[in-house]
Amino acid sequence: MWIDPSRPAERALVTHGHADHARSGHGAVWATPETLAIMALRYGTEMGTPVPYGDGFEHGGVKISFHPAGHVLGSAQILLEHAGERVVVTGDYKRRFDPTCTPFEPVACDVLITEATFGLPVFTHPPIEDEIAKLLAARDANVDGCIVVGAYALGKAQRVIAELRRAGYDAPIYIHGAMQKMCDLYAAHNVPLGDLIMATGLAKSELKGAIVIAPPSAMNDRWAQRLPEPITAMASGWMRVRQRARQRNVELPLVISDHADWTELTDTLLELRPSETWITHGRTDALGRWCELHQLKARALDLIGREDEDEG
Amino acid sequence: MQAFAALIDGLIYTRSRDLKIRLIADYLRITPDPDRGWALAALAGTLNIATVKSAAIRAMAEERFDPMLFRMSRDYVGDTAETVALMWPDKSGGDAAPTVSEVIDLLNSTSRARAPAVLAELMDRLDANGRYALLKLATGGMRVGISARLAKTAFGQAFGVSVDDVEEVWHALRPPYTELFVWGEGRTERPDPADSAFFRPFMLAHPLEDGSVHLDEFAAEWKWDGIRIQIASTGGETRLFSRGGDEVTGSFPEIAAAFNNIGVVDGELLVRGDVQGGEAASFNALQQRLGRKNVTAAMQAEYPVFVRLYDILFDGSEDLRGQPWTARRDRLELFTAKLDPARFDLSAVIAARDFEHLAEIRAAAREAAIEGVMLKRRDSLYLAGRKVGLWYKWKREPLVADCVMMYAQRGSGKRSSYYSDYTFGCWTEDGNLLPVGKAYSGFSDEELKWLDRFVRNNTVARFGPVREVEKSLVLEVAFDAVHESKRHKSGVAMRFPRISRLRRDKPAEEADTISALRAMFD
Repeated sequence: MWIDPSRPAERALVTHGHADHARSGHGAVWATPETLAIMALRYGTEMGTPVPYGDGFEHGGVKISFHPAGHVLGSAQILLEHAGERVVVTGDYKRRFDPTCTPFEPVACDVLITEATFGLPVFTHPPIEDEIAKLLAARDANVDGCIVVGAYALGKAQRVIAELRRAGYDAPIYIHGAMQKMCDLYAAHNVPLGDLIMATGLAKSELKGAIVIAPPSAMNDRWAQRLPEPITAMASGWMRVRQRARQRNVELPLVISDHADWTELTDTLLELRPSETWITHGRTDALGRWCELHQLKARALDLIGREDEDEG
Repeated sequence: MQAFAALIDGLIYTRSRDLKIRLIADYLRITPDPDRGWALAALAGTLNIATVKSAAIRAMAEERFDPMLFRMSRDYVGDTAETVALMWPDKSGGDAAPTVSEVIDLLNSTSRARAPAVLAELMDRLDANGRYALLKLATGGMRVGISARLAKTAFGQAFGVSVDDVEEVWHALRPPYTELFVWGEGRTERPDPADSAFFRPFMLAHPLEDGSVHLDEFAAEWKWDGIRIQIASTGGETRLFSRGGDEVTGSFPEIAAAFNNIGVVDGELLVRGDVQGGEAASFNALQQRLGRKNVTAAMQAEYPVFVRLYDILFDGSEDLRGQPWTARRDRLELFTAKLDPARFDLSAVIAARDFEHLAEIRAAAREAAIEGVMLKRRDSLYLAGRKVGLWYKWKREPLVADCVMMYAQRGSGKRSSYYSDYTFGCWTEDGNLLPVGKAYSGFSDEELKWLDRFVRNNTVARFGPVREVEKSLVLEVAFDAVHESKRHKSGVAMRFPRISRLRRDKPAEEADTISALRAMFD
């Protein structure tokens, strides 16, 4: 039994639908119903056993249950219980409000296996309302052009759209073709995204004053050249660091992340106070140092096949 | 302070020069005095807060943060001020954010010992972007890609005054430049520059494409391969300015010190080279002096600089710009005769019978420091900028070499979706390719499309934004000169390389060798 295996495995527990956690070709898969739907959309006919939040099952004497992680639709922490010992694998998580998914629930445990994508004290994600206001102000200041927002196709794109709606923006939002199906899937899971229009193939004049959401890979490519005087925005936690944003030719950095920032990571550790913490996925050294300073027992767990750059 | 912080961030993320100017102009128009004047000084590099040095910021960080966590963060971010600004716990929202002038007043009125504490109190009143702007303001290094000239251009645009007028009064004023804004808003006459040495815009030349000029109408002189500079002296002070109008006096103090005459002259800064028997050495030697704020006596001795004079704008306080070139040339010759010949000489007029004869002389010129020939209308007045039909530059025929494309990178702006920056190499004796240069111009739009496709279809490895390609495409590269370089593994560096032809017909093995390039050394 593997959790988020990077290679095809006979039995896999999958925390959420991002490609570096949910791979195709496993024998048996256990995941939340939403994650299974995302995997089916991405990989075709993938089947698995749905495990709703709070539910669990037994395997080889270990009780396995899934709990909300607040990262993207369907994302889960996995709790393993055996002989009175509790191990929680957070997967990717965040503690901030997100209208597109169920909020993170702290799960008491002895061993916590935590992510650390933004595990450096320079990473504090500002309130998302401020970032959305920045986006809307840029849109109002450029009614003759458009704003193209780079956002990961699963989760980030839908969150940005939902937050724009929450801020009262009810005009159509234009999306890159690669996002359509995922947005439909979100809508089918009761995450209303309002009026979405495919941007591909539209005349420049039709996109004046528009907000266009596209995967980061399309931003610097020819696809973006069909847009009328686009301002390049990027929704990512990495945008906190100026040089990072400049490297990617971003003109409007939006610090919006689906991962826990430094404060969320450390507050969660203080809240749960596990007797042992294993740190994976990201800046293991800095979070490890913080644990040492706070007399928490911790060690780094190196994983293979993880990409810590493009999401976030 | 928030408005200033927003301006700084805007400048960091904006690539277009015009948009940068607009951002600064908008800020200068709507921000009250004296904040906007301090901001202008910060952008133009004339703000100096003596109590805060970057060591103070490091000290402030070490007092508050775990040294290991700080080091890891600093390594990741790459900038100390930004790291401190981002790590600083957010307490903003209590005390109102300070204004720019409050920051300046507080820091200027404290001592160096007390400054970190004052800075820390200010940090607590700001958000992350405000803290970043505060630290950059306090230490002086804004690093937002703005030259002093650009800041002045933005001021001119903000208030509809000419940048030349701004330039004239600039050096007579001190931060926060209140008089400048009063004048900009039309509330007073232009401030009197009085007895200060300031920059006057250069007269520039168009390239002589094809065709010729008549030497009765045009005078010919050599175009030297150095740094174009202007020397302005009032007798009281002497300043040196680069072509963009930025002051470079500090990089060449011996020139300013040796200039013992009053006036404004235009010339080329060169390094004297022993190898050429006291003549000017190549641009490569001059590069050793470029961009240094302070130079040591050893540097001055190793790379002795002098100025070869082209033109005179002011003789004493007499403005000669309205006189024809012939009259200015006579005055320049008299003026130069009074200067120290070790530091100043005259750019000679070339004696040619006719244009064909000039072409022969130009073709035979082998001296390293000669970039080509200048043709100046004998009746041309000294006019700012590039005016059609007055001055032409006629560069030496470029050198060419056949090189092999090795790496490609995407361009910026309109070209960001194309692989348009190419690194190319030549062969070593034992059959390896080593990079000899990088070029991103010289090809047509059609050729760019073809090159982009070639890169995409022939990628063998990726390193971040860089693609390594199959070593199969020969590029004919044109360049103005090639010289020894310790910085490159190949040991050679080209000046102004550009792609002159795509040699799809030529096998990569037949491209040039590095020793062939060495044979072209000046």
